Amino acid sequence: MSLLRFTKDHEWIRQEGDTAVIGITDYAQEQLGDVVYVELPELGRQVERGGEAAVVESAKAASEVYAPVAGEVVAVNDAIAADPATVNTDPMGNGWFIKLRLAEPAQLDGLMDEAAYRKFIAELK
Amino acid sequence: MTLADGAAPLSRTPLHALHLARGARMVAFAGYEMPVQYPPGIIAEHLHTRTQAGLFDVSHMGQLRLIGQDAAAMLERLVPGDVRGLAPGRMRYTLLLNDKGGIIDDLMVTRVEDGLFLVVNAACKDTDTAHLRTELEPFVTVDACDGQALLALQGPAAAAVLARFCPGIDRIPFMSAATGSFDGRPCQVTRSGYTGEDGFEISLAAADATAIAERLLAEPEVAPIGLGARDTLRLEAGLCLYGHDIDTTTNPVEAGLAWAIGARRRANGGFPGAATIVAELGAGPRRRRVGIQPEGRAPAREGTVITDPAGAPIGRVTSGGFGPSVGGPIAMGYVGSQFAAPGTACALVVRDQPRPARVVPLPFVPHRYYRG
Repeated sequence: MSLLRFTKDHEWIRQEGDTAVIGITDYAQEQLGDVVYVELPELGRQVERGGEAAVVESAKAASEVYAPVAGEVVAVNDAIAADPATVNTDPMGNGWFIKLRLAEPAQLDGLMDEAAYRKFIAELK
Repeated sequence: MTLADGAAPLSRTPLHALHLARGARMVAFAGYEMPVQYPPGIIAEHLHTRTQAGLFDVSHMGQLRLIGQDAAAMLERLVPGDVRGLAPGRMRYTLLLNDKGGIIDDLMVTRVEDGLFLVVNAACKDTDTAHLRTELEPFVTVDACDGQALLALQGPAAAAVLARFCPGIDRIPFMSAATGSFDGRPCQVTRSGYTGEDGFEISLAAADATAIAERLLAEPEVAPIGLGARDTLRLEAGLCLYGHDIDTTTNPVEAGLAWAIGARRRANGGFPGAATIVAELGAGPRRRRVGIQPEGRAPAREGTVITDPAGAPIGRVTSGGFGPSVGGPIAMGYVGSQFAAPGTACALVVRDQPRPARVVPLPFVPHRYYRG
């Protein structure tokens, strides 16, 4: 069973057992515009909750991708480094960024579920 | 209401409703609410302009008329360009300078029937107008042309498209002007732009702007283009953005704009900062604006420190990002003159990591102006 959660910084995180996959939301990619560059962390790096995990650059500017929860980087999506536009076309799927081994799975409890995130972005518009 | 920095209310161009109707994302720029991109996005808009034709709303820019017999001679007191030598209907790029030879603004000047027509940067137009009035009146009348809109039609199809409405306009060469009409509405057209492509700028009454923009957008080759692509197009073309690549702390020689200083002006001076600039023309500048090509994929943005391969700072990026036609990151910046030769290896410090790059000639994409 997988659990999908969202942050106010427009990351999504999908828990799969003791690991979780992280990416940016459709709203985030739309706000960024054309993604032209992605910088991913090295494997084995420990990231803190709210810490910088990756960088995404659009035609206009660079933005950080923050880790919604703490953990160790166990996989990175080299496909988006090779073809950054995948982040625009499939942000919730093939456009994922990193996979973490969770340090404290309970940290996910503090994040928004999909309904709460939808309400959150509706209020931003 | 949308508020700009400092809570000053934003101005709108006559095409504001058109931008919204076409789904533009609006941003604050130089005190105006302007379209940064439309639904296709910056890369698609950029490539469309390079392959077909893009329509830009540049009504935020300042349009000024200097009226009077002595307008050219008087303007020469403020700029290093040869304005007196400008034939009727011809235009040129020039620079307003301060007493140190620093650049107050860059502008286009066209010789028109009763004087000169200037197009200046949006962010500078109020200070430029005040400067021109202080220095030139009462000998020359400075008319701020309120109520004029400005459209740019740029790209390889621009000439064929515009000639459908303004027959013969495709025969005027780059850096020249013609007055005429578009659907019976008076307009002044120059063959110029800010993309490196062939194209035109069309000055017309604000009240006519939406109708004419819609007529152009109805042509199959034409799409609306936002400020985002305008910036990537001009960066690939190696053209300076005022306030970034040039400002009051840069002079025309180090900026690589010495070509805009007329031969007579070099010999006779008579413009602000002439002694400094003429000396620098002889001795060579301390630093130079250059193109920089990162070797990897990471863009280097404005402000990025440029170092030599050993890590010693040699300059700073003034414009940088992704070049859609180049297909990778590109930048411009200033480096010490000893590092300015094309091919020189350097590094760009992005997120504390030095990343290899090299100095390259400008432009990144060849200019395709129509010279007749």
